[in-house]
Amino acid sequence: MALKDLFTKNQPKKKKYATIPTEAAKNDVPEGIMTKCPTCKKIMYTKELIKNMKVCLHCGHHFPMTAKERIESFLDEGSFQEINENMVSKNPLNFPDYLEKLEKDRLKSKLNEAVVTGIGTVGGFKIVVAIMDSSFRMGSMGSVVGEKITRAIEKADELSVPFIIFTASGGARMQEGALSLMQMAKTSVALKKFSGNGGLIISIMTHPTTGGVSASFASLGDYNLAEPGALIGFAGRRVIEQSIREKLPEDFQTAEFLLKHGQLDAIISRLELAEKITLILDIHQPRGELAWQ
Amino acid sequence: MAIELEFERPIVELRKKIMELKEFTQNADVDLSSEIKKLEIRLEKLEKEIYENIKPWDRVQIARHPMRPTTLDYISNLFDDFFECHGDRTFADDEAIVGGIAKFKGLPVTVIGHQRGKDTKENIRRNFGMPHPEGYRKALRLMKQADKFNRPIICFIDTKGAYPGKAAEERGQSEAIARNLFEMAGLKVPIICIVIGEGGSGGALALGVGNRIYMLENSTYSVISPEGAAAILWKDASKAKNAAETMRITAPDLKELGVIDDIIPEIKGGAHKDVKQQSKEIEAILTNSLKELLSLSEEQLITDRYNRFRTIGEYGFIQEFIGV
Repeated sequence: MALKDLFTKNQPKKKKYATIPTEAAKNDVPEGIMTKCPTCKKIMYTKELIKNMKVCLHCGHHFPMTAKERIESFLDEGSFQEINENMVSKNPLNFPDYLEKLEKDRLKSKLNEAVVTGIGTVGGFKIVVAIMDSSFRMGSMGSVVGEKITRAIEKADELSVPFIIFTASGGARMQEGALSLMQMAKTSVALKKFSGNGGLIISIMTHPTTGGVSASFASLGDYNLAEPGALIGFAGRRVIEQSIREKLPEDFQTAEFLLKHGQLDAIISRLELAEKITLILDIHQPRGELAWQ
Repeated sequence: MAIELEFERPIVELRKKIMELKEFTQNADVDLSSEIKKLEIRLEKLEKEIYENIKPWDRVQIARHPMRPTTLDYISNLFDDFFECHGDRTFADDEAIVGGIAKFKGLPVTVIGHQRGKDTKENIRRNFGMPHPEGYRKALRLMKQADKFNRPIICFIDTKGAYPGKAAEERGQSEAIARNLFEMAGLKVPIICIVIGEGGSGGALALGVGNRIYMLENSTYSVISPEGAAAILWKDASKAKNAAETMRITAPDLKELGVIDDIIPEIKGGAHKDVKQQSKEIEAILTNSLKELLSLSEEQLITDRYNRFRTIGEYGFIQEFIGV
């Protein structure tokens, strides 16, 4: 044995005899045939789960959905036409590593940004829809997300059709600094204009909807709806626990908590969403003079 | 009470030395006036050098200076006949926001602003200038009142952010902020916003949807505090100094990004050195701005505000990136 081999660095790795799986690993059934529900821990066929709109067959837990899955499950088949799909972020603050992170998420999520916007129909009613996707930069809002949503609102205004938004976001995107913050104002002034022209706004908050997104368009629907169990709130749980120095209740900032405190019109299961939205859209159809007899 | 900031220390020390020399010449029989003169020239140069090259982190310190003038300081210096109105008519009066009616050079206006305290007792009463939803709802109530009576609205922004608390969430902090952004967009009167200290995220923006947005030279406006950004980015809150630079939160940065319209110059060393003088600087820009906006019709004001925010943001299209 050479002298240098005495140093641990050069010794062969010791065999590990036991590993204790972490909490995360326990929940993490490899993607494939089976999926484990993080709420009820029951295992089901992934195919069946997807067929059930990614709602747990046992306990009704809503798994996160990508924008693409959302389009397929919510809109009338084949009705979706995407708009502004080529818009991409720049790096206005020259923030270190930002462009690399965007590129990575672009490859991972196959999206150009954290929101997909377009025109489609639900129950036959034409709408403009914006769907946020938390798999791209946590669904955070920078200039592009703000701009795409604003253009979608303006499109709805132009076509005189309702605007529906599915929110899923960690909040404003830090890497674009105050420009991200100002997207809250930009989208809100656009909604105000649309609303002033009689436009119908429906916000559907999905897991998670927090920070600057919850404090702008997500809360500005004529109807504010949410999926069961979704985390919705302004400040992060840890920040609040630190500032008030007490433990928060288990259901704090869930959709159910918000409903209880008067912040939502309703919580709607994904399985009934298209049907319930159709009902709302139908009630809002202009009926003219022959409306009621 | 003078609280010196770290970057000012060389100035303070040199000034002290000059004072000592002056005292010494008075009591002793030596004439040091030429030395004193030299030092005074050096002081002037040093002051110029330091105050003209204030780093972002130094500005953060000035913006947070405990003696930095607050909304109520500016109200008493800029307006006459201020009458404070309390309460949101629904839940409570949040003293982290003050508001009321007043006259600006004879013109009736509504003034609203975040209000922090200057000592612990007042800070507790005012929750360190961090509003609850009822604060924002009070502000909106007063803005709608201004709209009804056709009074311009002047907002002073000075908060670390909306309060992150349990009760705030229960009463809809998000909704209160969102509602303000939405409703401010539709007001038919001029709205002028001035960031006077810290402009912390959505809690600041909730008073910030104006036709014109100004910042005092040493104030900050950001999506997250430098400490918060450092904690998330580098998992180390002590790197706040770096974050302050990276995040571009100072008035010159934000003017360049098109977020604000103009910078209100501060007196040497920061607004806390002389509130009266600082108020004069604000008064000048406020007068011009009001004159300009009062000439616009209701519709023009709304369109002006819409365009103000509609154009903020930077984006590209994929073709540009792959060079087609």
